[in-house]
Amino acid sequence: MNNRLINWFKFASPATFYPLAGKMIPWFVALSVVFGVAGLYLGMFVAPTDFQQGEGYRIIFIHVPASWMSMFIYLVMAFWAALGLAFNTRLSGMMATALAPTGALMAFLSLWTGALWGKPMWGTWWVWDARLTSELILLFLYIGFIALQSAIDDPRRADKAGAVLALVGVVNIPIIYFSVKWWNTLHQGASVSLTKSPSMAATMLWAMLLVALCFWMYSIAVALGRARNIMLERERHTEWVRQLLAGKES
Amino acid sequence: MLDLLFAVIARDLKLALRRQADLVSALFFFIIVVSLFPLGVGPEMDMLRKMAPGVLWVAALLATMLTLPRLFGDDYRDGTLEQLVLAPQPLPVTVLGKMAAHWLSSGLPLTLLAPVLGLQFDLSADGLLVLTLALLVGTPSLSAIGAIGAALTLGLRGGGVLVSLLVLPLYIPVLIFGAGAVDAAVSGLGFEAHLSLLGALLAGSLFFAPWATAAALKISLE
Repeated sequence: MNNRLINWFKFASPATFYPLAGKMIPWFVALSVVFGVAGLYLGMFVAPTDFQQGEGYRIIFIHVPASWMSMFIYLVMAFWAALGLAFNTRLSGMMATALAPTGALMAFLSLWTGALWGKPMWGTWWVWDARLTSELILLFLYIGFIALQSAIDDPRRADKAGAVLALVGVVNIPIIYFSVKWWNTLHQGASVSLTKSPSMAATMLWAMLLVALCFWMYSIAVALGRARNIMLERERHTEWVRQLLAGKES
Repeated sequence: MLDLLFAVIARDLKLALRRQADLVSALFFFIIVVSLFPLGVGPEMDMLRKMAPGVLWVAALLATMLTLPRLFGDDYRDGTLEQLVLAPQPLPVTVLGKMAAHWLSSGLPLTLLAPVLGLQFDLSADGLLVLTLALLVGTPSLSAIGAIGAALTLGLRGGGVLVSLLVLPLYIPVLIFGAGAVDAAVSGLGFEAHLSLLGALLAGSLFFAPWATAAALKISLE
């Protein structure tokens, strides 16, 4: 097995993953800053002003990437959760725990920027649009996950219980999304629709993609950092943490 | 297998009937919540008629959620649950039996009571019929989905509040289609599609929820 380029299982142990994560974080931070500066420059200065919405539309360069990330992070979280349940690895549960606050932050950011955008464009902070509603429910799911994990003292049980919840949630997300969508179309005519937005200029799309990459790199960096802290906290009784901390102090 | 299922149902029902106060208080919670709405929003019948499906369904959701800790709580405290998990019989079947008993002791009485409360909101005869049908198809899914949350929060501090955080978002599809069916019937549209979707949710949750609940129980009892 050792003739492989990378032995993935080696890094399933916190003792080897901790330094690796430490080395990776600066790279992801740097990438995040580069993509962020480029994307925001394109979005704020280069992209043309929308002839219908004026300058206010530029908030979508934050809003859309945040929404994408909030959904994507839930999938990644469920992936780690499934991996943890299947292989009983400690690291998987830590990754899922580390991702949850970032996902909740993204969902909140998406709702917040959506409200800021909605006030000048639709004249209201909130509409019961299908996407808004399902994003709100996604935020509830994140909060349920975090609340469940923080209510359980034993970290192994917290990981597994959270994993079951994340998997149940991931099965439910499409059901919830479609039920909210149908509910919405039944109750009110589509007075407001995000989907029929005018075709986007290429620069706008690029800016959006760059900001999305920035958020992606940011999420990885933050999740890795958080996972490092969780590792130290949970493994504080082990030899490698003791050596590490002793090395730092001297 | 069926013997096991019926044995679990009979046992849980008997236990539930020994504690009638619990059953009745959940029902009265349902009645009180529904009766609070007219007091809150005013007695105009037009508005109440429009709100009735949503109010009744939300109250049913909350009442079901309140009874969830009972599903595994007592068995967990006296050690029975551990024996059930250790038993050679398949755990998902046992769990399915407990869900069925939970529905019979909370969802079914609620369903039978709902038409009477619907009268308070001046629902039409069609509306009352569809409301009962929708609750009949929808409340078993509530018991099934809720069991996952009840199993996950077993023995945790603040379990009751926590279970609402976990379970209520998952109840949303049932709420939408359940209230949608009654809405459609009241406004004279076809309600069959909503009932079919409720049925689909029921089939899906009856299939998946026992497995998820069994996994959660094993984690909680580790």
